[in-house]
Amino acid sequence: MLLISCPNCGPRDETEFHYGGQAHVAYPENPDALTDRQWAEYLFYRDNTKGAFAERWVHSTGCRQWFNMLRDTVSYDIQAIYRMGEPRPDLERPVVNNPAATTPEGATK
Amino acid sequence: MAETATPVNPEALRAARRSPASHLAPSFETGSVSGTVALKEIPFQTMVGVRVARESDAGARLASVTGGLPAACGEISGNERATTLWLGPDEFLVVAPESAHDSLGGDLVRALVEALGEDPGQVVDLSANRTTFELSGVRARDVLEKGCSLDLHPRAFRTGTALATEIGNIPAMLLKTGETSFRIFPRASFADFLGRWLLDGMREFASPEVP
Ligand SMILES: [Zn+2]
Repeated sequence: MLLISCPNCGPRDETEFHYGGQAHVAYPENPDALTDRQWAEYLFYRDNTKGAFAERWVHSTGCRQWFNMLRDTVSYDIQAIYRMGEPRPDLERPVVNNPAATTPEGATK
Repeated sequence: MAETATPVNPEALRAARRSPASHLAPSFETGSVSGTVALKEIPFQTMVGVRVARESDAGARLASVTGGLPAACGEISGNERATTLWLGPDEFLVVAPESAHDSLGGDLVRALVEALGEDPGQVVDLSANRTTFELSGVRARDVLEKGCSLDLHPRAFRTGTALATEIGNIPAMLLKTGETSFRIFPRASFADFLGRWLLDGMREFASPEVP
């Protein structure tokens, strides 16, 4: 069971929420101009991220408001919760005491 | 606006009504444990759903009828006329005694409709949407905790707060009216289920405590 912190109500059980899929999928500026393939991709195609994923949730049995969440799809760690309309927070985590993760000068990734 | 809900003879219609948990009233009576935990239905309360931006002019006008609109989750407001629960940032539930309803000589719904006027928002008579259970007694919190995962300890859940949550896996509003008394507002269709759930939770307190 995830414990999700609703921006309005505070921490509540996952069962009070519903999932709303990937966040920040913008509505096409000019839908008429899209081909069928582009329209289908807008409607149905979503990222399948391994790691930090921005997604929408709604607090169905609480305040009934939508919000965004940055969640790690591997560990289920909830890294950030932010309101609708706000940009995805930039959470590049600083690497601490892990020499193996630092890239030596001149090395290619 | 045509007031189609106003009956010609309110008393005749009033006698014909059945509350959502009326069939459980005898069970509530026998299931209550004197001095320990008691359950009863408070039927037919007047309830009005209000959606309005709190900071708007209409919000201020509605607040003057209800005695304020609560600002945040858990808060309630009220006056001698009604109690208003916070449902969402722009959504509120006004609860008042049965007699406040316009069909019984009251004027609460009309006053709220007039306060909103033509401004954006809504005022909807939801009196038939939910019923009210009153669970009280020193064991009331223990009964609730069997089906509600909120922190109900008095240090976290204080008298005079209300939360929308799940009780026995169904959505309900929970209002704490006193140190050992709660009001639960389930939707009418869940009243039977929740009434039986609470009765089941109360049953152990009718037996002598096992040391
Ligand atoms: Zn919420």
